Amino acid sequence: MSPTLTFALAGNPNCGKTTLFNSLTGARQHVGNYPGVTVEKREGRLSVGPREMAVVDLPGMYSLTAYSTDELAARLFLVEEKPSCVIDVVDAGTLERSLYLSVQLLELGVPVVLALNMMDEVRRRGLVLDGKRLSAILGVPVVETVARVGEGREELIREALAFAEKRRGPWEPLVISYGADIDQTLLRMEARIEADRFLTDRFPARWLALKYLEGDSDVIALGRANGPTAVVLEEMAATLSRHIEATLASTPDAVISDHRYGYIAAVLRQGVLKSSAARDRIAGSDSLDRVLTHTVAGPVIMLAVLYAMFQITFSLGQFPMDWLEAGFGWLGDAVGGLLPEGMLRSLAVSGIIAGVGGVLGFVPLIIIMFFQLSFLEDLGYMARVAYMLDRVFRAFGLHGGSVMPFIIAGGIPGGCAVPGVMAARTLRSPKERLVTILAAPFMACGAKIPVFLLLIAAFFPGNAGLVMFLVTLASWAAALLVARLWRATVVTGQGMPFIMELPPYRLPTLRGLCIHTGERAWQYIKKAATVILAISILMWAAMTFPGLDEEQRAAFEAERAAVTAAASAQEQRDAIDNREAEAVLRHSLAGRVGVALESVSRLAGFDWRVNIALIGGIAAKEVVVSTLGTAYALGEVDPQDTATLSERIAADPAFSPLSALALMAFTILYAPCFVTVVTMAKEASWKWAGFAVVANTGLGFLVAVAIYQIGRLF
Amino acid sequence: MAQGLCLRALRVNQKACVRAILADGELGRRIRDLGIVPGTEVTVVGRAPLRDPVALRLRDFTLTMRNSEADHILVDTED
Repeated sequence: MSPTLTFALAGNPNCGKTTLFNSLTGARQHVGNYPGVTVEKREGRLSVGPREMAVVDLPGMYSLTAYSTDELAARLFLVEEKPSCVIDVVDAGTLERSLYLSVQLLELGVPVVLALNMMDEVRRRGLVLDGKRLSAILGVPVVETVARVGEGREELIREALAFAEKRRGPWEPLVISYGADIDQTLLRMEARIEADRFLTDRFPARWLALKYLEGDSDVIALGRANGPTAVVLEEMAATLSRHIEATLASTPDAVISDHRYGYIAAVLRQGVLKSSAARDRIAGSDSLDRVLTHTVAGPVIMLAVLYAMFQITFSLGQFPMDWLEAGFGWLGDAVGGLLPEGMLRSLAVSGIIAGVGGVLGFVPLIIIMFFQLSFLEDLGYMARVAYMLDRVFRAFGLHGGSVMPFIIAGGIPGGCAVPGVMAARTLRSPKERLVTILAAPFMACGAKIPVFLLLIAAFFPGNAGLVMFLVTLASWAAALLVARLWRATVVTGQGMPFIMELPPYRLPTLRGLCIHTGERAWQYIKKAATVILAISILMWAAMTFPGLDEEQRAAFEAERAAVTAAASAQEQRDAIDNREAEAVLRHSLAGRVGVALESVSRLAGFDWRVNIALIGGIAAKEVVVSTLGTAYALGEVDPQDTATLSERIAADPAFSPLSALALMAFTILYAPCFVTVVTMAKEASWKWAGFAVVANTGLGFLVAVAIYQIGRLF
Repeated sequence: MAQGLCLRALRVNQKACVRAILADGELGRRIRDLGIVPGTEVTVVGRAPLRDPVALRLRDFTLTMRNSEADHILVDTED
């Protein structure tokens, strides 16, 4: 049975809305997107007896003025979907500010039930709130709740159900006076809207008129597309605006918000707040902040927290990752044993199982990282991190909140760009978020490290630690400078104002953390099973086809046959196998591209072997090392043990310390691995993911050529 | 005697009352949406390690904003 009623949960960020949502719907929820935007839409089911209701958790917002994409998506949902009832979750501790949103919901006319949440904190402070009085004044049900422990849940559901039934039919907007000037204009605009039936099927007339006076760009644009009434309304709004400018030296939207706060103050004065001489709500948070955001102690603690989080993610994640790797290795062997030697086996083992296995290997990292990230976020600490670092990151066109994605992506070497890109979700401003996503893959992720170690072992064996440290610094410099470059060229314009709340520290609920973490992991796994599988197969095909022709194969076969008698036969046969693998690789599509690119890549000092390895690196950066192994006819090289390969490379005249340096720079900068690319496409768009592939590779090549060519002058 | 100045000029722990919001458009709306309107009492409770952004206490909560945003808020100090 499909649900007949829809409840929407609205409220400020950090008001406990999502905790209430989890308590209402339990695990029966799923996450989607609002149409056309990357704002998450969380939906769940709730059944009471035989009735089934849909519950939608709207993004946190302070106002319905459509300032951010979050607020716009929430407003569109309210107006277009017309939920049966909005449960407005209000942090009872910040009643005055929270009611600013409630008043706007009431002005829209949607049936509202107020949930006065966090009543436990209010009682502890000795503050007395009269919910009944508030209910009587506003004309809507008011229920006291403590979402963390489920207090008030049943009453809230009962009230919301009853109110939704009672208020079925047209919405009943609340009318607030905004002073004589605005009120008169509103009345005239309303009359005009009603007379022309201008968008009246979508918005209440007075609300629409108010949006015109507030200068709401979204509504104004919509109006222009819907007929000539828009011109009249804009003209009326402009006249009023000039009048208010002349008489009050103000703007209509400022006057409107002043009156809303005035209305709220009047409501609270009518006996809702019984005792205002209460203890400070956030005294505890304040004393914590004196340490945690202290000029010296703050950054030190922050570094320790980031480092610990990183260590936990990658040391704890190592075990399940190893198990998964071993499991897929076993599966590969088992399937390989069942299938006859040939293309099908190669496809199943090297293409499908190795590809998907490599991707699913990231799942433990994502789970552990997101669990900690959700914890710090819900605790309120992430807001402090953004606060402390904003000044630094702003210089590069980023946001204080960009630090976490960077660290996770490999700001401390060994991270991973996939969870790093996903961690950018905590950023609310779209431009800074996009640039963070574009820059995060420059960090020294765990898969690039074997490449660096291989080259260090071959050319800088005496200074391994120093070179690795310089690589890390270079990665940070690359991420920050490229971010700056993109902000000055392709993602231009003002970012959102930084202004945000520093929420009081609150311990998150385990249940909420588990639900969020599980969602992330599931979204990622679904992707691995579809897009990533397809790309794995493509990469496999590019490195396998076209195969050697009959003649070449026969030549290797003959060679093998010739050594049967000798004592070291096995060894020699292996060597022949490896040379055959080299020939196959060189003959394949990827190999041909590598050879064809040699004339260009020579500028940076790369030969065809390096080219193929780098192409393979687009599948996963670890592949760079194993492909180089095949290209040097050493067979499959274990990325953990590259001694032989580094000797071979050091001895190869095509390589020099200078070309190694150029190759390291290129490895930092060039196209992200395809798992990251798919993640970027999911988090931003395919257009931007494609941009990253092309632009990063171009930039990497320019830098590599510059290093190689300038270095040769000395 | 009350004295009008920019919010940026306040010292840590100094109290003031908002006189006017000088920003219009998006920024002005955001500032008002978060509860800063003429007549609101604000106290500077801290500054980030690099002196920017600034943390403000108003009503029952803490806000943070960059100095460049605080420039748009005109306040009266009480001393």
